[in-house]
Amino acid sequence: MIQTNKLTKRYGSFTAADAITFEVQQGEIFGFLGANGAGKTTAMRMLCGLSIPTSGEATIAGFDIYKQTEQIKKNIGYMSQKFSLYDDLTVTENISFFGGIYGLSNVQLKRKRDELITRLGLGQEANKLVASLPLGWKQKLSFSVAVLHEPKVVFLDEPTGGVDPVTRRQFWDLIYEASAGGVTIFVTTHYMDEAEYCNRISIMVDGRIEALDTPRRLKERFRVSTMDDVFYQLARGAKRGD
Amino acid sequence: MYFINWPAAPNAAIKTSTMKQFIVFVRKEFAHVLRDRKTLLILFGMPVVQILIFGFALTNEVKNAKIVIADYAKDPAAQQIISKIEASRYFEVERSVMRAAEIEDAFRQGRIKLAVVFPLNFNHALLHENSASIQVIADASDPNAATTLSNYLNAIVQDYQTDMNQNLSVPYRIITETRMLYNPQLKGVHNFVPGVMALVLMLVCVMMTAISIVREKENGTMEVLLVSPFKPLLVILSKAVPYLLLSLVNVTTILLLSVFVLKLPVNGSIMLLYAESILFIITCLAVGIFISVRTNSQQVAMLISLMGMMLPTILFSGFMFPIENMPRALQLISNIVPAKWYYIIVKSIMIKGLGFSAIWKESLILAGITLFLLGVSLKSFKIRLA
Amino acid sequence: MNAVVVDCISKVYGRTSVPAVDQVSFTVSKGDIFGLIGPDGAGKTTLFRILTTLLLPDGGTAKVDGFDVEKDLWEIRRTVGYMPGKFSLYQDLTIAENLNFFATVFGTTVRENYHLIRDIYVQIERFKDRRAGKLSGGMKQKLALCCALIHKPTVLFLDEPTTGVDPVSRKEFWEMLKKLKAEGITIVVSTPYMDEAALCDRIALMAGGKLLSIDSPGNIASAYPGKLYAVKGDDMYKLLKLLALYEHTVDSYAFGEYAHASFRNNDNNAVLRYLETHGVHDVVIAPVKPGIEDCFIKLLQNWDGDRDTDQ
Repeated sequence: MIQTNKLTKRYGSFTAADAITFEVQQGEIFGFLGANGAGKTTAMRMLCGLSIPTSGEATIAGFDIYKQTEQIKKNIGYMSQKFSLYDDLTVTENISFFGGIYGLSNVQLKRKRDELITRLGLGQEANKLVASLPLGWKQKLSFSVAVLHEPKVVFLDEPTGGVDPVTRRQFWDLIYEASAGGVTIFVTTHYMDEAEYCNRISIMVDGRIEALDTPRRLKERFRVSTMDDVFYQLARGAKRGD
Repeated sequence: MYFINWPAAPNAAIKTSTMKQFIVFVRKEFAHVLRDRKTLLILFGMPVVQILIFGFALTNEVKNAKIVIADYAKDPAAQQIISKIEASRYFEVERSVMRAAEIEDAFRQGRIKLAVVFPLNFNHALLHENSASIQVIADASDPNAATTLSNYLNAIVQDYQTDMNQNLSVPYRIITETRMLYNPQLKGVHNFVPGVMALVLMLVCVMMTAISIVREKENGTMEVLLVSPFKPLLVILSKAVPYLLLSLVNVTTILLLSVFVLKLPVNGSIMLLYAESILFIITCLAVGIFISVRTNSQQVAMLISLMGMMLPTILFSGFMFPIENMPRALQLISNIVPAKWYYIIVKSIMIKGLGFSAIWKESLILAGITLFLLGVSLKSFKIRLA
Repeated sequence: MNAVVVDCISKVYGRTSVPAVDQVSFTVSKGDIFGLIGPDGAGKTTLFRILTTLLLPDGGTAKVDGFDVEKDLWEIRRTVGYMPGKFSLYQDLTIAENLNFFATVFGTTVRENYHLIRDIYVQIERFKDRRAGKLSGGMKQKLALCCALIHKPTVLFLDEPTTGVDPVSRKEFWEMLKKLKAEGITIVVSTPYMDEAALCDRIALMAGGKLLSIDSPGNIASAYPGKLYAVKGDDMYKLLKLLALYEHTVDSYAFGEYAHASFRNNDNNAVLRYLETHGVHDVVIAPVKPGIEDCFIKLLQNWDGDRDTDQ
């Protein structure tokens, strides 16, 4: 579903992302870890078709990252911590808006909207402004909206920051469901326990991928018992960022 | 647990027509706009206010200008001309016999815009020499008004002359000798330099001070400063000082340019000009502080400074639109616009070359406004976040 | 003496009906590291602002070092150190300039209390002429800490100092805090990270403006009702769903590599059989000591339960 080969992004003399190479299978939950400044966001933006790489190749859902960025955008979903929904629109309006943007017909939109509202239990809140929802609900709604058009790949950028532990797990329930339904999930996070929920993870340091494997094998390799320690081992030698 | 059923065939019949997407976007934008009450107020309220003000209140026309007629002649011909002048809606006549010194005084104090003098031998000259002259003195510190008014006056006199000559074979000639006071060459720049000074100082001091304080609020350093023994008063003063000095530099630049490039000399005392400028700067700083206390975002601070300060300054300071021609209500409003007083002061010093004795009243008013604003803004400066 | 005393403090913002802080009470002993643990919206920042005299409470009283937050605000402002959530430094001043500025604001000099910040400052010293805006997150954090310490405060308030900072810097930060404790400075710190809770002397768990629990991390963990088990299998997703449906499950939730669960009858073998019958292999069940996150989850669920029954 995602294939990259030596993907690189340079800003002048600064190499933000260096020869990123990996593959993600359909239905996988792929975790993308790294410290702030390690190059995670740069890599993700390239994969979403938001930024043109300096060199290297990649395909998302079979579409080329240079020539077919529009098709890529049609087949992916995106959610980030910073932005997801419009605070001054209601729940229903947000769903309708994004549904319209993704090109859903009115019939489909109505069906999905009702489904979504029922699933998340937002019946009472459907006509309230999103600004009045608690953070946890906003996150869950954002995710649901990001997958409204049934994309093949969903990119999640630190989706669970600052949320309480219960809501975080509910959020991951949603991710699991999506993955079981065949959607490929690409998620960045700095919660190490969430790294365990992924099928495979990669850790970026100083712009390069320094580790790529299942959580279990990474722990074996570094002879530690938690992902926290794995990360610590790798990040300690980092020169860039923090 | 939450379940989302994923149908086996993804991407079922997604129709992407660009038009449909566009419409969806437009609908969303409408929602954003309609739900932002403050912006709506500006969007719809502003044109209404502007039309009303510009349509009814502001006019470049000169009406009801206060003039003095000094009638030394006291003869029928002079009387007739004077009646015509009095009848005109352009002039509000104060008829009295004044000595030259009194007339000069009246000009200096800004009480009159024009003086018409009928000399002693007016009638005699007319009858015996077929030509007499009337002296017209105009306050040319506002060259546009001066030109307009003297033209009106000329027109009236010519009118009378034409009337007089209808039945005569030998025409009479009445010559108006016009003298432009303070600005003989009718340089338009005379009007603008004081106006620009007021505008620039107002803009820099108000907007920059407001933004500077609000910026600290925005990036959080204000919080840290508040939780310290540093008195808030000193925080404000420390912000005001750089802008005070910068503004003085600005004043200097404007004066240098006006003297050497625009050839507009400073006729009065430069020290006095600087002193009054410092007073005005402090006024503007106080306004800036006042705005910053009420707002929490730099954008809003900038908007209020521009809309709330610059517009009234342009409209009500008197340098674009004569205040005397505005409806009473607006004239009252213009009294609280500090720029109006500063404008009068600068004109008096720079163009009329007057001293403190002429402007003490305006200075007092300006000082009063300043103290009031300083008091209010310092009092409302919050020592807490809310 | 208690460094901080909070008595029934409440705060409501504007016209919202839900209080940001709802009758919170606790005390902090002198020299302790006290943690306020909770997610966004729990009321941590509001509480900090009340304690540092930036906001007035709507109800209740609070004292810092014996000074009342309403009446003695200047005394408090003289003696506390505060590091608000956003690092709040002057972006266009250099590291050295920022430090000097804050030292002067507090009426002291950098030299006077240099020993307090030395260990931290040496890590950023070589960048001392770089503008604060151009520093990385970890360096900004260190600088902000130095600026908050430079006047030798008696109580240090740190509002989410480790949010958005990489794990390595986070660990280093807590080492620095421990050293400060040795100097006798009371530290009140808030964080959304449960693992940092274990590093405090005493913690208060907060959510939705209310205090869920307050005690030392050890005591809170011991107070966990019942036994907790860690369960693992070859298909974690299936395992989690099965546990949720199992008749004897009290709680079950994901916890990284394992699932954590508690059961009504504590019969491990029954659970094992159940799972294996339903197609999960390589099942491992073992008792596990509850951590702060487990306690938090339990408290949140009880609290939610209370709210539901109220309605």
